[in-house]
Amino acid sequence: MADALLIVEGLTKRFGGVVASDNVRLDVARGELHAIIGPNGAGKTTLIGQLAGEIAPNTGSVQFDGRDITALPVPDRSLLGLARSFQITSLFPHFTALENVALAVQAHAGHSFRFWRPAREESVLREPAGAALERVGLSHRADTLCASMSHGEHRQLELAMALATGARMLLLDEPMAGLGPDESARMVKTLRQLKGELTILLIEHDMEAVFALADRITVLVYGRTIASGTPTEIRANAEVRQAYLGEQEAVSHV
Amino acid sequence: MSGLFTPRNVMVAAVLVLLALMPVYCALTANTFLMSFFTRVLILGMAAISLNLIMGFGGMVSFGHAAYLGIGGYVFGILAKEGVTSGLIQWPAALLICGLFALAVGALSLRTRGVYFIMITLAFSQMAYYIAIALDRYGGDDGMAIQRRSQFGDLVNLNNRTFFYYLCFVLLLATVYLVWRLVNSRFGLVIQGARSNERRMRAIGFPTFRYKLVCFVIAGVICGLAGVLLANFSDFINPSAMNWIRSGDLIVMAVLGGMGTVLGPLIGAVAFLMLEEVLSRFTEFQGLILGPLLLAVALYARGGIDGILMGLRRG
Repeated sequence: MADALLIVEGLTKRFGGVVASDNVRLDVARGELHAIIGPNGAGKTTLIGQLAGEIAPNTGSVQFDGRDITALPVPDRSLLGLARSFQITSLFPHFTALENVALAVQAHAGHSFRFWRPAREESVLREPAGAALERVGLSHRADTLCASMSHGEHRQLELAMALATGARMLLLDEPMAGLGPDESARMVKTLRQLKGELTILLIEHDMEAVFALADRITVLVYGRTIASGTPTEIRANAEVRQAYLGEQEAVSHV
Repeated sequence: MSGLFTPRNVMVAAVLVLLALMPVYCALTANTFLMSFFTRVLILGMAAISLNLIMGFGGMVSFGHAAYLGIGGYVFGILAKEGVTSGLIQWPAALLICGLFALAVGALSLRTRGVYFIMITLAFSQMAYYIAIALDRYGGDDGMAIQRRSQFGDLVNLNNRTFFYYLCFVLLLATVYLVWRLVNSRFGLVIQGARSNERRMRAIGFPTFRYKLVCFVIAGVICGLAGVLLANFSDFINPSAMNWIRSGDLIVMAVLGGMGTVLGPLIGAVAFLMLEEVLSRFTEFQGLILGPLLLAVALYARGGIDGILMGLRRG
């Protein structure tokens, strides 16, 4: 695919005898929202870990924007514009919401060997951070300590931080995990707004959200990609139905 | 103005005023003991503040921080013995060697976490300790008396007690200001972020290792300066200055005073050394009192003395 932003080829990761990623192939087009679904233990988080650079694959390659990044360290990938959110909320609890996001802005505003000026007062950091909070609907909580925010707000904040890095592509690991119906709806709304503007790789268990949002879906089972296509194609795919969707009756009615 | 006159700020101001006026009181009462006692408080307070920069703000629990006290002192002492008496050479040389030592220790230890980090910093400081013991020419196990304090020309005379005290006081205040600017700068936020959640810091694009290493070196250099002051003050160098027990004392000062603030360790140094001094008049077993006290801080007052003061409301 000529216009692919992310191309994954032959990615394999073994943990002892367990093959968590088995020759995974994947390409994500620019501006696309690409979802990865699969039953528990299918290797979705391991895949994200390899794309973000935390886990080194045994074989295979990852290309981002035409560049081979298979061996690139985590911070460098972020600087190229590949941002991730975490499945388990991973924030800075003793910082306010704005400070959390400002830190993400700072990471992409040159080196941080600046020892003198109070960073919390720098408008070049605060303003983009405020804008990112605005986009996820958290402006009113800017000065709240992260530790005293709700789980739903944490998920929004995770997203704001990924946005604030100026990312071109987001790797979202179950952004809706543990959210109530209202919060889920708000997250879907936020993602819909981001769609088209950013390229998004979404891992999600909430099938309703996935089928509503995704341009394309890749199905992962036991570390292998068994199908890839539009939501309609995936829903009609016999192998997918058998391997995965069949377990969840509700999905066939979506 | 209620933000300014909190019990905590009043207490901090009182401690600083007390420290500033101590030489006046000592001059009036001709009390030389108090004078030298508080000179030590200032110097060790400085060392504790430097430790807290990496431990409290950076989450790097170094169990070998006293090594810099010793190395700073030894570089000064060795140069003095070899006839180099100018402070303009001694002091920068001491700070440089401490910086290089910190660079070596940090480059290795910062690749590890938790207990391993503690063990590697401890191992390096014990290495420095045993090297000092092996230096027969410089007193070996017994240490060595230093004949002349650092020379800075005619204007500065480190032999003058009052002058020396105020020199330490000014350098301490400078350290407090420097560390305070540092922890609130972009650099400081990276250090604090890495303590809080290093994985996330890397994910948003910070190569955390190099920032932590620089922080580690800065702390080592500041503590090295405290070491030069301490050796000048006591006219003596001695391997036990870098024994792990001394490193432990520095940790206790920081924890007791409060790791969350720049000034906490200074308050801790004042409290710790005063307690140690007072208790030593009543009992040989100071640990019996200090131990449970530290336990109480660890269990019930994580913010240390400074944290308790900050929690107090007015009236």
